[in-house]
Order: sequence, then structure tokens, then C-alpha cells
Amino acid sequence: MINWNLYSRGDKFFAIVVSVMIGMFTVATLYPFIYIAAVSFSSGFAAQAGKVVITPIDATVEAYGYILKDPQFWTSYRNTFIYTIGGTIMSLVFIIPCAYALSRPQLKGRRYFNLFIAFTMWFNAGLIPFFLNMRDLGLLDSMFGIILGFAVNAFNIILLRNFFESIPQSFEEAARMDGANDFQVLWKVFVPLSKPAIATITLFCIVSRWNGFFWAMVLLQSEEKIPLQVFLRHTIANLSDDDEFAILQTAAGFSADTVTAAIIVCSIIPVLMVYPFIQKYFEKGILLGGVKE
Amino acid sequence: MSDENTTAGGQPIEDTLIEAREAQRQQLATDGRWVRLIDHFKREWQIYAMLLPTIIWFLVFLYKPMYGLQIAFKDYSIFRGVAGSPWIGWEHFETLFSNDQFIRAVRNTITISFYNLLFGFPAPIILALMFNEVMHATYKRTAQTIVYLPHFISSVIIAGIVITAFSPTAGIINTFVSWLGFDPIYFLTQPQWFRPIFVGTGIWQEAGFGSIVFLAAIAGVNPSLYESAVVDGANRWQMMWKITIPSILPTILIMLIIRIGNVMEVSFELVILLYQPSTYETADVVNTWVYRQGLQSGQYDLAAAAGLFNAVVAFVLVMAANTLSRRYSRTSLW
Repeated sequence: MINWNLYSRGDKFFAIVVSVMIGMFTVATLYPFIYIAAVSFSSGFAAQAGKVVITPIDATVEAYGYILKDPQFWTSYRNTFIYTIGGTIMSLVFIIPCAYALSRPQLKGRRYFNLFIAFTMWFNAGLIPFFLNMRDLGLLDSMFGIILGFAVNAFNIILLRNFFESIPQSFEEAARMDGANDFQVLWKVFVPLSKPAIATITLFCIVSRWNGFFWAMVLLQSEEKIPLQVFLRHTIANLSDDDEFAILQTAAGFSADTVTAAIIVCSIIPVLMVYPFIQKYFEKGILLGGVKE
Repeated sequence: MSDENTTAGGQPIEDTLIEAREAQRQQLATDGRWVRLIDHFKREWQIYAMLLPTIIWFLVFLYKPMYGLQIAFKDYSIFRGVAGSPWIGWEHFETLFSNDQFIRAVRNTITISFYNLLFGFPAPIILALMFNEVMHATYKRTAQTIVYLPHFISSVIIAGIVITAFSPTAGIINTFVSWLGFDPIYFLTQPQWFRPIFVGTGIWQEAGFGSIVFLAAIAGVNPSLYESAVVDGANRWQMMWKITIPSILPTILIMLIIRIGNVMEVSFELVILLYQPSTYETADVVNTWVYRQGLQSGQYDLAAAAGLFNAVVAFVLVMAANTLSRRYSRTSLW
């Protein structure tokens, strides 16, 4: 710990000024979330009039009542869980064995396999060829297509491979003595020793799946397959032009803004719930995947 | 003279024998190599089996689209497919570079990236330097937890927050604007406001998370440097400029190079969510143009050509960035 007695008066003043500035930035980061939560619990009329600043005005849960009654909200919520869990498992099934194989010195053509994978980080064909390829594969409007088509990325493989390469050989030798094959060495030695790295990759997969929007919007047409993010986007884009909704909202206590805010709150809550548990991993994790000497 | 030692060709018989033996030896060596290779695969088949699914995945999902990129040079028709469509050479590229909207998209991409670099790049460095000066551990920890959070929020939600906050009637920003005595501004329909809002949103979302890398670099600075500076009577401000910043300069340089390598990669998802026809003139970037031309209007070949242009420029930039990084810091990014 830093010893305060080592600090002159000027240093203490400097430390306090910096702490206040950090506090201001932190509040600025947090404020939009508080504001959105306040809007979601305000009456439609108060929100439209721009009265909401930090606390709900004319507090009501009408906006939540409106979206929680919408079956499409629940369908897309369920779909997001399917994409997140299915997609993350699919990613790990590909990435873990591949990273292990690439970390083996005896793998012939290792250099070329590494280059084959890393090349996709520097050059990609772009939106159109990827889309046409998915169409040719018959994976348009397919939940399986979303889960499989975005399962692997080079960065995660390289991150885990680097970690596997740093595991001392002595761990493996003991298992080899007992006659373990590669699958057993991977499962019983490497995976347990690599929990932080695997947790990091799992985290990256979960976050990108939970937040995934663009390709789900482009590839999925059926309403019963869309994830929450696409539903949210549709809601934001459509509510304000929807005449039926305009009639509905004058009778009830909500507006397009409060309903949007309520959906935002509903989709952030799961992230906020897991966030404290994942925080200890990602700080180490992003450094793992970084610069390689 | 005896003929026993010469063959019909007139060569000494020993030479022939040596050649034959040599050939046999090579044959054995070749056989040996094959035997060893087969042995190797018999012994190590499991690691190849582990590698295979991912290699196939890369071929099917990432390399096959690269083959499909040839439609940038073809008159693509859905019915004829990629291979069956006729070649037309550079026609699409000629169309692109005489298309004002495309040129504008290239210009916007570079301009937005430049602003991102100018304002977005220093932000996490300043934040990390400030975090380093905060004494109170719990306060620092809490602040860090909060400022990392927006990184994990989806762009749809970020855009939803921005749209709500900047809305002309309900938005908090316009509430402040009217407190200051001005008329409400419909920010998101006005081209001159798009870039400040977009770049500002980016800083709000990523500055905190971006500071992690620099905080790690600061943590790696040799403590004895600070100790001797204290002995010399330096204050914290001087230590920051004379010790901390020079020590993390290599990290700053590498991160800067990565950013320059990604100039063509404006986060177009957020652009799609925030722009509208009235702001296209400042907001439309290459990838959003590709999205509209290709996926919305169905001009796949022209859009693929624009995408190829973007990808090639990005590839050249990344390669140049890596070469620079290797030269100046003896570390490369891969």
C-alpha cells in the first residue's frame, strides 16, 4: 500500500483532484443506465414531456406490463438463451481440441496450420460473400446456422493455444506414464490447468452471443427465431410509427420511450447479474490474448 | 584386357554397383520416410483428429467466402451462381470510383476513424494514469468495475440509450438544452451532430475497458524507479511524466499501431443503429454502404467489390502496422 506520509501537500491535492475526476467519469458512465431505468418506471406522459432526470416521475410499471404481455418478448428472450448456451458450447467444442493440437510440437505443418487460422484475422471476405455462402449452405433463417456459423474465431484459438503452450511438460509426462492418450491428456491435465483461460474464452463467447445483433438481423426472417437484440431493435424502430400503439399508449400510462427503456432494462439485467462473477477473469483474459513475443 | 570390369555401356562395373547401391539406399531412405510418416500418423492420429473439425469449419465458413469474392469481378446472377456467372473484369470497381456515395463512404470511414483516434485513443491512457493516482483501494476498485461495464452492453442497447437520451421531446439532453434557454434540437437527424455523438458514445463505451491494458503496463513499471524519484524529491506529477509515461510508451505505441491498422473497421453495427437517411452525408461508412447496396438492394456483385476494396486496404494497413511494430518494439502482434 502507498504510504500517505510520503506525500507532500501538493501530492495530496493532486490525488484528490484526480479522485474527483475519476468520480465524475464514473458517474457519467453510470448515469445513462440510471436515466433509462428512471424512464422505464415513469408514466408515458412524464417521459414525453422530458420531465425525467434521475428518478421516475409518476412512477408506474405500465411499460413493463406492456412488454411482459407480449409473447414475442418471451420468445426472443428464450431464443437469446438458446443462442448463448448453444453457441458457447459449440465454440468450446471446436476451440479447445484445436488449440491443444496446435500447441503440440509434434504436429506436422504446425506453422502452416497456425498461419491458416491467423490469416482470417487479417483478411476476411466481407459481408456479401459471407452472406451468399450462408445462403448456399441453406443456413438462412436457421437457428442452427447462427449457432454453427459463428462458432469459431481465430483470436480465441490463439489465446488458448498460447496458454496451453505455457503449461510445463512435467504435468503431461506423469499422465503419459499412466498410458494416457491425447484425449485423456487434454481432458484430465490441460483443461483443469487452464480454467482461467477457458473461463475467459467462455466469457467472450457468452458476451458476443448475448449481444449478437447484426447477423441475426440479416440471416433470420422468422419472428419465432429472432433473439432479444433484434426484437429490441424492431421495437425501437417501429413503436413510434405504429398507429395502433399510438392509440394504445394514450389510454395507458406508457409511451414508445418508456417501453423501449423497459426492454433495455430487461435485457441488461442478466448481464448485470453475471458481471461481478466474470470481472475477475476478463482483466487477466484480455492480457493473455494480447501481444506475443 | 579383360571385359569383365566394364558393362556394355563402357562404364566401370564398380561405378554401376555404387550407383545401384546408392539408389537402393535412397529408396530405403524414402521408404523409411514414408514408414516413419505412417508411423507418426498411427501414433499421433488423435491430434490431427482434434484439429480437423476446426480446419473444416474455417474452410467452409471463412475460406469459401474468399473464393466467392470473385463475384467482385463478375456479373453475378443468383441463378448462375458464383462459378457460372460471366467475368466482367474491373467494371464494378470503375462503377464504384465514379459513384459519389461510395467515395463519400470511404471519406466518412477515414474521417470517423481519425476522430476516433484523436479523441478515443488518448482517453483510456489518461484514465489509466488517473486510476494509478487514486489512493483509496475500494474507491478505485468500484470505479473500475463501473467504467468497464459499458463494454459488455450490446450496441442495440447503447443505440437505444442514445436514441432515448437525445430524443427531441423526452430526451434528457434536450431537457438540459431547454434549461440553458435554447430550443430543443433533434440531434440524430442533423448531419453535423452525428460524428460527435458517435465518437462520444464510443469513448463512453470503451475508454474504461481500454484502460485495462495500460493499467497492466503501469503495474509492470519497476518500483525502484519511483523509490529513487521520491528520494530525489520528485512529486507525483513529475513521476507521472518522467517515469510512468516513458515506461508505458511501448504499450502506447503498440496500441496506436493496432488502431491505425483498424482504420477501415469503424464499428458499423452502431452506425446502422444510429444513422438515418438525413445523416448519411456524415455517417455512411463503407460497410454500411455495402450493407445497403448488397443486403438490402441485392446488388451483390457491386457490394462485394466495395467490400473487397475495404478488405484489401485493411489488410495492407494491418501488415504495415505489424511491420512497424516489429521494427520499433521488437514485439509483433502475432
